[in-house]
Amino acid sequence: MANVIRTESLGIMNQSIAGQDRAPLDALLLYAFTGLAALGAIFATAFSDDRLFRFHGYLLIGAFVLAFGVLTVALNSGRLRSSESHYSDGVIRAGVIATMFWAVVGLLVGVVIAAQLTWPNLLYFPEHGWLNFGRLRPLHTSGVIFAFGGNALIATSFYVVQRTSKARLAGGAWPWFVFWGYQLFIVLAATGYLAGITQSREYAEPEWYVDLWLTVVWVAYLLVFLGTLWKRKEPHIYVANWFYLAFIVTVALLHVINNLAMPVGALHHRSYSLFAGVQDALTQWWYGHNAVGFFLTAGFLGMMYYFVPKRAERPVYSYRLSIVHFWSLIFIYIWAGPHHLHYTALPQWAQTLGMTFSIMLWMPSWGGMINGLMTLSGAWDKLRTDPVIRMMVVAIAFYGMSTFEGPLMSIRAVNSLSHYTDWTIGHVHSGALGWVGFISFGAMYCMVPWLWKKDSLYSNKLVEWHFWIATTGILLYICAMWVSGIMEGLMWREYTSQGFLANAFVETVAAKHVENIIRTVGGLMYLSGALIMSYNLWRTIRLPSPASQTAVTAPALIPAE
Amino acid sequence: MSKREADEVTGVETTGHEWDGIKELDNPLPRWWLYVFWASIIVAIVYWVLLPAWPGINGYTKGVMGQSDRANVAQELQALRDLRGEGAARLTNATLEEIESDPALQEYAMAVGQSVFGDNCATCHGAGGGGAKGYPNLVDDIWLWGGGLADIHHTLQVGVRSGAEGARFSQMPAFGRDQMLTGPQVNDLTELVVSLSGREADKAAVARAAPIYAAQCVSCHGATGTGDQAQGAPNLTDGEWLYGPSREEIRTQIWSGRNGVMPSWAGRFDDETLKALAVYVHANAGGQ
Repeated sequence: MANVIRTESLGIMNQSIAGQDRAPLDALLLYAFTGLAALGAIFATAFSDDRLFRFHGYLLIGAFVLAFGVLTVALNSGRLRSSESHYSDGVIRAGVIATMFWAVVGLLVGVVIAAQLTWPNLLYFPEHGWLNFGRLRPLHTSGVIFAFGGNALIATSFYVVQRTSKARLAGGAWPWFVFWGYQLFIVLAATGYLAGITQSREYAEPEWYVDLWLTVVWVAYLLVFLGTLWKRKEPHIYVANWFYLAFIVTVALLHVINNLAMPVGALHHRSYSLFAGVQDALTQWWYGHNAVGFFLTAGFLGMMYYFVPKRAERPVYSYRLSIVHFWSLIFIYIWAGPHHLHYTALPQWAQTLGMTFSIMLWMPSWGGMINGLMTLSGAWDKLRTDPVIRMMVVAIAFYGMSTFEGPLMSIRAVNSLSHYTDWTIGHVHSGALGWVGFISFGAMYCMVPWLWKKDSLYSNKLVEWHFWIATTGILLYICAMWVSGIMEGLMWREYTSQGFLANAFVETVAAKHVENIIRTVGGLMYLSGALIMSYNLWRTIRLPSPASQTAVTAPALIPAE
Repeated sequence: MSKREADEVTGVETTGHEWDGIKELDNPLPRWWLYVFWASIIVAIVYWVLLPAWPGINGYTKGVMGQSDRANVAQELQALRDLRGEGAARLTNATLEEIESDPALQEYAMAVGQSVFGDNCATCHGAGGGGAKGYPNLVDDIWLWGGGLADIHHTLQVGVRSGAEGARFSQMPAFGRDQMLTGPQVNDLTELVVSLSGREADKAAVARAAPIYAAQCVSCHGATGTGDQAQGAPNLTDGEWLYGPSREEIRTQIWSGRNGVMPSWAGRFDDETLKALAVYVHANAGGQ
């Protein structure tokens, strides 16, 4: 791994010595890779007799040929030559735009399926399956987790690792490969869901060839990140980067193992899992739970550890706490997955272990909350004046609440009531909307003026509006889900005096109608907030850059002392 | 570079590191945090001692409480059986008629039937059994395959076009789609079918369609259109329409001949449940 990076950076160095007329090695490698990938996609599509596989084949051909064309032009114009004296911010700016785009898409689909649960005939076309709830739901979950959250993580990690390492991103043009490769993964996954291509594993629905593509992109991401850390001009690695690295490494591990599968044919979209029965279920939930742990927790903690102290202009509260809670979080999280399979065919001893590790996870999770909140000591007045800080503080509060609720729900007696009910949905959304959403929005509000060299955001007033509308939306959402979840849990377990179940399933669905309406309204409010934010960011980007800004930040990369 | 300094606001020393302007304070772990962390570890250990927890080479630690999910489930099921009393045993030996004539047993059968119907039948036939387009209404006295206790019981067991052995089976041809009749012929036939239920219809079209009806439809629906429950052929004169009463809907059915499916429930439910369900459906319907 390190060798590859060395050769690459060596290539860049040779380049700068040898003169400016030859293209850099990293760009040539990327050029060759794209060309070969285009050829591969053409052959795979030509020889496949599977209609759905060919559909994705055409998408891949389009993407690779387009990329090949763009690279041809870029190489000839010499634009791919990178200067080591500046941070590479272009790919981060693209990441910010992609983050907001996918946020709106993912949230919109969420509102649609919330409305479908409330009014089941909405967008129901029996002849065309692709707008059914079952097809749209993974589009929503993957859309917000991987498209919105993933882009936010990649963009902020590229930003943070450069600033805290005082080094330009490694790999020359390859960070752009990570960005566009990841977008291609999202498009393949999303179109696949609508077409009915799924391996039916929660948060891991894409089929084997999409998984392989994501693996390639993810390894490139890991190498870029590690390569940048390798080049760093700071003696220590900042805590945010530990969390980002843990996120990247663990997600790679989880993704590869959970998606081990045997394709029906080399040119066929369908595959069968390598695992069977309860082993399959446990592998899936080992993955599923740690997707929450390492994607939605560790990654976003990395975001918090940079943007909160940076924005508050205060030091991180406790270095020791960050070490202890980092390692305890990493070690304990990975064992908690079995709590998703309480009272199933999973052996009871595994359930006990999963539950107890979840209980032990409570304080390691809260270590991050304490470190985030206490970092504001001495700057609490900024809650009043800076809505961006307020948004991040509320994010941390929701993080604390959902990481308390999680261990609580993992206790088997509680889980016997909460499992399969809307309570779980509410729990997920207090984490996703409150923690993941708000900390990402906060980071975007910080980064946009910094990246586009503006003095401030277009409007703090609009941030206020975003904050209050979205916060109210979250509260409506999770309160409605607590009520409907506990209600349906109690209805499911109710027996008549004669010893028969008192309520048919459909009666419990009908009973939740009002809560479902409130949930839809809450989701709509959260989406409105994201639209207000998109407008605000767009206007910020279009503000004229003050001369002072460009002058100050021109020598962006100051060498370490 | 590594220079420890005191933070102006709190007076706490920093670690001396700095990244892009971010410093770290050298605060100790919050005591309460550490104590709760230890406490949660102790809680976990207590659970491990009490309950099945750690796997080994041969089996797993059973826990000192001797608690087991399997035993608990068996116990709960037994408690449920006790609560339900003797009803299940009596259902086993009783005939359908005996169940209906014994008020206590019928009440029990109705309780079973209601709980089973809600989660298995209501999906198609509606929560109240009122049916929907394409799914028969079970609370009127119109029956495709007969509404007697024994008929209902048999339909439940084998299903309709379910693929199960001995399933009830009938097939309405797709007269239009399969080009057995022309478009104008299907239009005429539609008028005739409309007229059968006593509604206004184009007399000339009905006259044109009469020989077609005699050739194609009589064998199942009968000369006067009253249908035949032995073959599952609907009565066309009763004003009840499985796929809708409008001309357009009737024409669509003649054109493409939809044939619905009901699963067979024998093997999914035990004999007692099937009997109870038959009694429940029979009692809720007009009854035959």
